[in-house]
Amino acid sequence: MSGLEAHDIRVKAGGRLIIDGIDCTVPPGTLAALIGPNGAGKSTLLRSLAAVEKPETGEVSFEGTPLLSLPRRQRARLAAFVEQDAATELSLTVEAVVALGRMPHLSLWEARDAASRTIIGESLDAVGMRDFAGRDVTTLSGGERQRVLLAKALAQRAPLLLLDEPTNHLDIRAQLSTLALLRSVASTGSTVLAALHDLGLAAAWCDTVIVVADGRVVAAGETAATLTPELIRRVYGVRATVFTDPVTRRPVIGFGEL
Amino acid sequence: MRRGAVAWGIALGAVLVASITLAVTIGPAEIRFDEVWASILSHLGLGASPLTELRDGIVWELRMPRVLTAAAVGAGLALSGAVMQALTRNPLADPYLLGLSSGASLGAVSVILLGAALLLPLAAFLGALLALGATLLLASALGRITPTRTVLAGLAVSSLASAITSFVIFWTVTGDSYREILSWLLGSLAGARWPAVAIAGIALVVVGIPIMFTGRLLDSFAFGDTSAAALGVNVQGTRWALLAGTALLTGAMVSVSGSIGFVGLILPHAVRLLVGPGHRALLPLSALVGAIFLVWADTLARTLFDPRELPVGIVTALIGAPVFALLLARRRADA
Repeated sequence: MSGLEAHDIRVKAGGRLIIDGIDCTVPPGTLAALIGPNGAGKSTLLRSLAAVEKPETGEVSFEGTPLLSLPRRQRARLAAFVEQDAATELSLTVEAVVALGRMPHLSLWEARDAASRTIIGESLDAVGMRDFAGRDVTTLSGGERQRVLLAKALAQRAPLLLLDEPTNHLDIRAQLSTLALLRSVASTGSTVLAALHDLGLAAAWCDTVIVVADGRVVAAGETAATLTPELIRRVYGVRATVFTDPVTRRPVIGFGEL
Repeated sequence: MRRGAVAWGIALGAVLVASITLAVTIGPAEIRFDEVWASILSHLGLGASPLTELRDGIVWELRMPRVLTAAAVGAGLALSGAVMQALTRNPLADPYLLGLSSGASLGAVSVILLGAALLLPLAAFLGALLALGATLLLASALGRITPTRTVLAGLAVSSLASAITSFVIFWTVTGDSYREILSWLLGSLAGARWPAVAIAGIALVVVGIPIMFTGRLLDSFAFGDTSAAALGVNVQGTRWALLAGTALLTGAMVSVSGSIGFVGLILPHAVRLLVGPGHRALLPLSALVGAIFLVWADTLARTLFDPRELPVGIVTALIGAPVFALLLARRRADA
């Protein structure tokens, strides 16, 4: 198996190991959820996997290519990363923000070519923001901005897509359309890993889950087999029941009392 | 880059060339537009100058180098200002922010008092770099270098250098050197001849022009460091290189003109009103507008109270301070 493979990731912050020896894999062409309670280290792990921050130890590879030692621009052509709640004060147009996604493919003085313009347009279409192309990005709502940042990552045309809480701030319709989009990206052969807070979304949409707590992987694997009531109780300390949706045949999670 | 920005670039380039030749015609000795061009062409080896030797000297030895220096310094300061505002994410940042101007002043005042005025550009340049070094050292001593820490450290270094400069002036200055020092502290292009053109011009070409091509890099910082890193940008390397580049550029400009305020602070904002905040258009257009602005500010400085001259820094401050106040008011209205 190839896709995304990480081995023995350790990250220290303030003298404390916040990622303590994580191994994980995401098979190619799948949509995986990274879940775990607050402070489990999800964001930190994602930054290491995206190779935007070098971990203390460990290796990350994508389709056999080691990401951590790869030159930055080459890496950015393989892996795109959407940060959580990224904001700006710079009044760029939506189109200019999405165009930033083309940076790894263009040299500094190179103008955007026709191919890039097409990709920028398609990325805006994919998140349903084509009509906003000329809007000032600082005037958008949190949800609209989140979709623009997703379009920027799509414009990178990287076969590995990592996202930190991409459904944050989104209303239910936008949440579902974001996950549908991620699944269609995965179905074209890309490898997608998204940190999610909402277990229901993870259960309903993701092929596999990676569950982390206290900087370690506590469980990983196919979604229905992994997201069991016992696991949820152990990791989150809450009682849950897992049903099967009669229509979609996907797991649905009901929460009882604490 | 949008087509509008390219059109602005061509228009402003034409305005700059026209401004330079027009500014050369203005002064006590009346010299016509076509005579200026004939003189320029003759010095480029194309035909003979129609002017008498004296008048040709006024064009070629006095006014031309001064106007060209003004253009180069204006371009360099406005460009540095735009980059500093981006790097520190502070719209009120200017090229002197990191103690550059006070360091340069200290260096300049020291050599004027030592009677070694020939070394002035060098001393001013070294003073600026020394101040920058002290600023960055202090900023890194405070922890990881962040824009805010850098600005605060610059403020501290700036105050210290100013205090030492004041002390030196207070303790040792006599009548003769006083005027010279004052005009330097206020910024003046009165002494600009061809060597000044060479210093400012070389700095602009060697350091300034490469910086103008970093617009896309600066745009990539819009959503923060991590976001830029995810696009394959070397975040720390870019920040250091640009900081050092603008410092070199500003240091070179200060060394020939003294510290001329408000050019680097105000003009990038004016350009943003024209073409928006995207840096690919902002950087080259700021340089053009800065050049045009300082050419005219200096022309005003030498003609307004003819035959007496104002230091051009007074003119830029008289124009810049009200504009600055307007900017602050606009920001308040936005917030």
